[in-house]
Amino acid sequence: MDLKQLYQDIILEHGKSPRNLGKCEGYSHEAKGYNPLCGDKVHVYLKLNTEKKVENLTFEGDGCAISLASASIMTELVKGRSINDTKEIMSAFLNMIKNTSEMNSNHLDDDQKTKIMSLSGVKQFPMRVKCATLSWHTLNSAMDEKKEEVNTEVMD
Amino acid sequence: MNIENIKSQFPIFSKKINGKPLVYLDSSNSSQKPMCVINRLNDFYKNEFSNIGRSIHSLAINATNKFEETRISVKNFINANSREEIIFTKNGTEAINLVATTFGQQNIEKGDEIIITELEHHSNYVPWHFLRETRGAIIKFAPINEDGDIIIDKLKELFTSKTKIVAITHLSNVTGTIVPIKEIVEIAHKKNVPVLVDGCQSVPHIKVDVTDLDCDFYAFSAHKVYGPTGVGILYAKKKWLERLPPYIGGGAMISEVKKDKIIYAPLPEKYEAGTMPTAEVITFNESLKFMQSIGKDNLMKHEKEITNYALEKLRKINSIKIIGNPKNKAGVIAFTIKGIHPHDIATILDEDGVAIRAGHHCCQILHQKLNLTATARVSIGVYNTKDDIDILCKAIENCRKIFELK
Repeated sequence: MDLKQLYQDIILEHGKSPRNLGKCEGYSHEAKGYNPLCGDKVHVYLKLNTEKKVENLTFEGDGCAISLASASIMTELVKGRSINDTKEIMSAFLNMIKNTSEMNSNHLDDDQKTKIMSLSGVKQFPMRVKCATLSWHTLNSAMDEKKEEVNTEVMD
Repeated sequence: MNIENIKSQFPIFSKKINGKPLVYLDSSNSSQKPMCVINRLNDFYKNEFSNIGRSIHSLAINATNKFEETRISVKNFINANSREEIIFTKNGTEAINLVATTFGQQNIEKGDEIIITELEHHSNYVPWHFLRETRGAIIKFAPINEDGDIIIDKLKELFTSKTKIVAITHLSNVTGTIVPIKEIVEIAHKKNVPVLVDGCQSVPHIKVDVTDLDCDFYAFSAHKVYGPTGVGILYAKKKWLERLPPYIGGGAMISEVKKDKIIYAPLPEKYEAGTMPTAEVITFNESLKFMQSIGKDNLMKHEKEITNYALEKLRKINSIKIIGNPKNKAGVIAFTIKGIHPHDIATILDEDGVAIRAGHHCCQILHQKLNLTATARVSIGVYNTKDDIDILCKAIENCRKIFELK
């Protein structure tokens, strides 16, 4: 295990200054996520336009560097995409974190892949996987218009 | 016994964690086990195993005797009046649940009040919450001040004619506050209200004399007292155990069973249904002998010294904030570092072989009061040394370096 793999510069930088923090105006969907083990919370605000594309995506929350960076990078990568493309990126991300450490998605360019793969080191730290995946599961819940709060102890 | 060399009695410290010597600072969560405890468990299973109380063969007689020897040791260790006042449960949590359930069934009606405090571990809140849900009880929280001390005057104001029980921790697992139990018991008893004490954090670290405290119930666990998991202890005054209904029904807790009537076993068996953690209870006697061989005075002196050293060194680190500053503090130090989340601290420290805990430590009420979601926590055990604290502080400096804090 290597701490430098986990705490890469991109993660530290996003953790310190998360992008798209706050509640966006005119959001159409929202969802809350909660990690009962540590008490961390995230609230995702999603604005879909008439073509069902992500016009805006922001989040509020308190968490560790991993969870803030993951949420921040997520908002950057997903903006402007359709729901289907977003879901495809999400499953590629979850597959990277849990299984392969590789980001297999046709929707991302090399720079975007490099950015999101900065989180791949989390795979080596099983206790921290949920920190990285909470915001993504919460975005999924917002897209699916689920009413219940996402709970890391009952998600996959 | 030389407390400085005590680490050598704990085989886990010869293991490396992530290639580094283990610095274990999570004893409030659970303690490591000395060789005498590990050997006893192994030995019992190897040479002496039998269930207790049922059969009349030699192994059963021996096991039953050994089991009861532990009960006597526990009685002596906390200075209870009789062996009948010592009930074995599966953990400290179950000991509290036993009281909440049986006391609640018999004494709590809709609108009756239970006083707890903002310091409580979830295990001394949730069981009482059940009574709020099932019997309409009202739970009142005695507030703490900024230092993490219970405001006794505010606690006094919570008593009404509806108050039925006070449930309170002896030692906070976040702020390290040692609560003045004797004073609180006096206040409650003047109003004829019984007191349950959650002693899970106190029994391993400070002197506990239930007769002197005069509390009605005292709950703790064996695994924090350098003993095995699977064993909790409830001390209760005999008058309560005689008066309250049984908790779990089954074998061993009955004296006579007929189709239309069941007579329960006398104390303490009335509260010990089914097969108990026989080997673990018997092994726990070794933990108590280990504690006695050190002596509580020596142990307290040692832990105080390490705690003071840790506080002094931690306070020198920039941007660190120690949570609470109680009048009387044990070896539990929760802290935050501005700019680093507690989980990141715990992960980075782990790479240096330093085991701490991060999170809300099962005290969300307290964290909400302090406006925190999580803290990092260092907790001291008998085996910790000043070297451990030096390694801890170096590892924290490493966190600050990774996060580029000034």
